[in-house]
Amino acid sequence: MGILDIKACTKRFGGLVAVKDLNMALQPGDLYGLIGPNGAGKTTIFNLITGVYAPDEGSIELDGTAIHRWKPAAIARLGMSRTFQNIRLFQSMTVLENVKLARHMRKKQGLFDAIVRTEKLKEEEKEVEHDAYELLKIFNLDTRAHELASNLPYGSQRRLEITRALATKPKVLLLDEPAAGMNPQEARELMRLIQWSRDQFQITILLVEHNMQVVMGVCEKIQVVDYGETIALGSPREIQGDPKVIEAYLGGA
Amino acid sequence: MRKWIYWLVAIAALAGLQASLKGLIGAYNYQIVILVGINIILAVSLNLINGVTGQFSIGHAGFYAVGAYASASVVFYGGPSIRAAVAFLPAMAQDGVLLLMGSFAAAITAGLAGLAVGIPSLRLRGDYLAIVTLGFGEIIRVLILNLDVIGGSRGFSGIPQLSNFFWVYLAVLITIISIHNLVHSSYGRAFVSVRDDEIAAEAMGVDTTRIKVMSFVISSMFAGIAGSLFGHYTMYLHPNSFLFTTSFNIIIMIVIGGLGSIEGAVLGAILITIILEVFREFGAMRLVNFSILLVLIMLYRPQGLLGTWTLFKKRDRAAPAN
Amino acid sequence: MATFLQQLINGISQGSAYALIALGYTMVYGVLRLINFAHGDVYMFGAYMGFYLANNKWIQSNVGTSTAGAVVVMVGAMALSAGLGIVIERFAYRPGRSGARFTLAFWLGIVGAGIGHLVHPSLISLAIGALGGILVGVILEQTGLRPVRQNSRLSLLIIAIGVSLVLENGGQQVFGVDPKFFPQIISTTLWHVGELTIDSQKVIVLAVSILLMLLLNLFVKYTRTGKAMRAVSFNLDAARLMGINTDRIIALTFAIGSALAAAGGILVSLLYPKIDPLMGIMPGLKAFVAAVLGGIGNITGAMLGGLIVGMAEVMAVGYGQSTYRDAIAFIILILILLLKPAGIMGKGVVEKV
Repeated sequence: MGILDIKACTKRFGGLVAVKDLNMALQPGDLYGLIGPNGAGKTTIFNLITGVYAPDEGSIELDGTAIHRWKPAAIARLGMSRTFQNIRLFQSMTVLENVKLARHMRKKQGLFDAIVRTEKLKEEEKEVEHDAYELLKIFNLDTRAHELASNLPYGSQRRLEITRALATKPKVLLLDEPAAGMNPQEARELMRLIQWSRDQFQITILLVEHNMQVVMGVCEKIQVVDYGETIALGSPREIQGDPKVIEAYLGGA
Repeated sequence: MRKWIYWLVAIAALAGLQASLKGLIGAYNYQIVILVGINIILAVSLNLINGVTGQFSIGHAGFYAVGAYASASVVFYGGPSIRAAVAFLPAMAQDGVLLLMGSFAAAITAGLAGLAVGIPSLRLRGDYLAIVTLGFGEIIRVLILNLDVIGGSRGFSGIPQLSNFFWVYLAVLITIISIHNLVHSSYGRAFVSVRDDEIAAEAMGVDTTRIKVMSFVISSMFAGIAGSLFGHYTMYLHPNSFLFTTSFNIIIMIVIGGLGSIEGAVLGAILITIILEVFREFGAMRLVNFSILLVLIMLYRPQGLLGTWTLFKKRDRAAPAN
Repeated sequence: MATFLQQLINGISQGSAYALIALGYTMVYGVLRLINFAHGDVYMFGAYMGFYLANNKWIQSNVGTSTAGAVVVMVGAMALSAGLGIVIERFAYRPGRSGARFTLAFWLGIVGAGIGHLVHPSLISLAIGALGGILVGVILEQTGLRPVRQNSRLSLLIIAIGVSLVLENGGQQVFGVDPKFFPQIISTTLWHVGELTIDSQKVIVLAVSILLMLLLNLFVKYTRTGKAMRAVSFNLDAARLMGINTDRIIALTFAIGSALAAAGGILVSLLYPKIDPLMGIMPGLKAFVAAVLGGIGNITGAMLGGLIVGMAEVMAVGYGQSTYRDAIAFIILILILLLKPAGIMGKGVVEKV
């Protein structure tokens, strides 16, 4: 049994079948790539896994628990975190606050503690802030901790999103095109950081990209989808030589 | 420990002012000061839901009314037996006990009303929430109009006067400090995360519906307390004091000051209460100018008069981004 | 049964008036995603314009007080209200969208006129005050003071509340606080059908409402401009990129919506002739409820919603719950939102992640 199991999932929007009979199995510690051309259904798969949509058919299990009817927040609490393709930071919060928010679901303080500012709350706040700083240091964002998230440059915003996701202490981390909009140099650096995070925090990472180069360099297993269906599954080397993949990417021209 | 000393000093100062204020500024100004206090509670509490959590409620007057009537009923009907139970206390302390019990009832009833409105409607999109809260306010008003035990359309008279400068401003202090603390806790971050991006908040494990309902209920409870203080000051309640124009006025207060900022809400409450009182004796033309001012502020300074300025040390809190 | 039918007739005519106001709400919401709180006050404005036109000596002597006179009054009031709608859009809502010029001049002009009139109650003084205000506005604008471009829907909503207050207070100032009585521009006949009594006024209200709604439907479905309007309401940015002058379409939407509200104002005044500057508040809110009920942004839905709200109210009053009359619309609203949040004719929208 894997850490994340998707079994025979199908999702339709009206007449359009966005995801068709999809299977996916991640083992603990995997760095798993999900690739496919634009419009292949990658983001829909992400939204199914994280509970934004419910699948029409099939099941999704996180660490042995069926989650495909759960709300996103509940799934996050169980140990799944994500980033978004079109960065979704909390714009009016500072960098530090964005990271601290990720700890809300594990808070020990009650409403009373919050309103009266008890010692218990102050200690917890101190601890949360300390942890958040540690994470920010790793991702080289600590010097800008008190700036508004919206004031960060693009690349830093992407890094902050990953930091925030990691702060929830997930079992599985989903990254939706983390290198989008980055130059090759930045992308390579980010990939190293992702690999390092997987080892350091002992988590499983599922990465969506449509840039093949990025994924090839970092993922150990890759699944290729097109029109909502799996067309190939294997190691980067196997995928690179797969004629179906080449055709999907070149548009069969 | 220091906390308690601060509170004792504040209470002593309030008591001292209570004894001398009316003589110093006259009865008319004293009444305005009381109204300012009540409006500060209303504005700061509405700011929690509208400014901090980013939901748009335009029915705050409904919860204000619920609190006012709940407290007035408890004191009017239960007053004698409560007084008998605490007969050993001096008269002033008896008044205090009555007011506290009334305000407690007000907070609970208004909170329950908030829960009843919030649970179904906070799942809805912003505009719908706005109109549901407005509708709720109107329904409450019509219900009160039809309830004869609390005066119906004649109004509720014979409410004992229990609140005064001391109690109102003690409540103002408690409201401001509670909400300030709340906003700077983990809950506060959750409120703001819902305002900034609900989808991201959900993905970070924040149960957004729960957070919205929580913010809504807390906000309603404080509105209820404001209602209690109002009823026990004016000694008379009428449903027409709680028209939706009352809700609009509270919204204007928090917007003028700067949405999301407690200081802004306080400033807005002071300004608007005074302006409305001063305008009362002049014609509609002054009110026209007042409304135009509102439009112009929204057009030329949508972040409000204070914007992101803050009185306290900047502890990682900013105003909403548009 | 007879009472029921009687109530049904009353309900339909009341409902068709709500429907006319609801149309304006729904159309504006369609293009701007804005609850235009000032809309109810445009309805009030329309009724007053009708009142002044009907009492106008020139119209009375040149057009007469016959059907022709009534039509002139109606069309005139609709045109004036359409103008008001355009002005509101141009100076209150557009500035946040595309930084419209002379905004400050416009508003300060009104303030100046008020002050001028306060200083000395004469037209000259009012005009001088207005000119002064406009001048100050223009000068300030020259120094670089421009409206902030923003599309926060919350600010827009508050501006709408502000405009509504301007119209209500302005109405009290200009039209007077005391109610006025709308003249009988069309004579009444009572028809007796069996036990039923049908008032010709009610039939006229219904007929005119249906006619206007029919015209609107034809306009939106079959004309170029109507299609542009639907495009804007579908996606404003895309419509702009397709070369549609969105500002013009939005202005037109306000004009049509306001004209319909004015028609509603006059028709209701035929049935209930007492008019006052705050008369628009409640019908405005209820019409909004009607729009939500039908599925906001949906024209057919608004008509349906108006009929349902009007009917429910009249029925409730007819069957002895008159004190709850004002709450009924809102109770319906809350029920609908709980059961079918998108409204009867609306479609749910999935947010893109």
